[in-house]
Parts: sequence; structure tokens; C-alpha cells
Amino acid sequence: MIVWNDPINLMSYVTFVFQKLFGYSHEKATQLMLDVHHKGKAIVSSGGRERAEMDVFRLHEHGLWATMQQSDG
Amino acid sequence: MLRRPPIRRTRKGDFTLAISIEERDVLRSLPRQLRELLGGNDPSLARLFPPAYLEDPDLESEYKGLMAGDLRDSHGAALDVMEATVDADRLDEQQLSAWLVGLNQLRLVLGTRLDITEDDIETEVDPQDPRHPAFSLYYYLTYLQDQVVGALSS
Repeated sequence: MIVWNDPINLMSYVTFVFQKLFGYSHEKATQLMLDVHHKGKAIVSSGGRERAEMDVFRLHEHGLWATMQQSDG
Repeated sequence: MLRRPPIRRTRKGDFTLAISIEERDVLRSLPRQLRELLGGNDPSLARLFPPAYLEDPDLESEYKGLMAGDLRDSHGAALDVMEATVDADRLDEQQLSAWLVGLNQLRLVLGTRLDITEDDIETEVDPQDPRHPAFSLYYYLTYLQDQVVGALSS
């Protein structure tokens, strides 16, 4: 599952949402936020389709732009 | 000028909300305005209903068909809490979390209308510019949302 950069969502908010929804440490959430910010997108979690759809929905509830992409792995 | 943080966690675990009546009046009408917008297809809502599948239109339309209604309800529920508690002096964690999400929705819609493209940079807008009030509101909502993040993280 990929989260895309958006110029409106605050960096502090994105970090907070990653911690809240995925239980990531502040350090890990900050690193992911910076990846999104600097690279335009980051893979934030991975898993099966059902799990990914639920995670995407929860991120959309929080106003973050998340999408799903199938991997061959 | 340094200002006392307007939202602070108490020892009991809830939060004090010390904002002025003028600020509350600004915040009072916004959730309702956005909730009315949520029922339609205004282009400024795009960031509240982003695509979930970029590469597969069939999956995207299936996902939208299943989830768009729930997402609209979820957005509306946060706005309801914000509107119902706009005059409160104290908020519990769940209510403040709804404020966090509601403020973000308002910024996403207003920021889309203002075509905000640069992260965290305040554009100087001429006071004569007709967009000046909207930019001021956007920066106020940004400030308040950042304060909410700080309070919830404390």
C-alpha cells in the first residue's frame, strides 16, 4: 500500500496518523513521512487485499491519499 | 509572540480547549458548510475521496461502490462531533481526535480551492486580494490543527 505526497497535509499530522493507525514508533513514522515528502510516495504497509483495503480506507478517513498496488511477490 | 498552547492535556487525560469566542464563531459554521458539500460532487472534495486503485479502473469502481458511502459517513461523523462541541471547554480524546480529522478535512477542501502547492510555506497575500480572508482562514486552521496534533501527542 502506497501513500502519496500532498502539499496540504501537515508533516506532523501525517506522522501522527502513521503512528496511530499502524502502531509505528515515532522514529519509524517520521521516516515514512519524510519518504513520502521527499520521494513523493512511500510504501507504508503490505499485506493481502482485504487488509490493504481496510488500511486504505482508514487512511482515506484521515484525509491521506493511499492507493493499492499488487506485487508479484 | 509566543502564545500559551490553546489545547492542553490534563492530568485526567482529557483536554482543555482555550480558544476565544471569535475563533469558536469562525469554527461554528464550517463543519455544517462542509457537511452540506459532502452530499454532492464539488471538485474541491477530490482530496476527501481519492482513488484507491490507480491502475485498474474495474477494481477502483468496485471499491468506490462498496466504500464511498462509508467514507462519506465517516467524514460527516467527525464534522458532527466538531460542531456539537465547538463551545466546549474540555474535550475527551475521542472528541479531540474528531476535531483533528475535521480540521484536516476543512484544510483539504479550502487548500484545494486556494490551489495550495507548497508544503508548509505561508504565501504572502496582499490584504487587498479577494482571496486574503480565505488564506487567513487556511493558515488559522493549519495552526490549530498543528496544536491538536501536539496536544494528542503529549
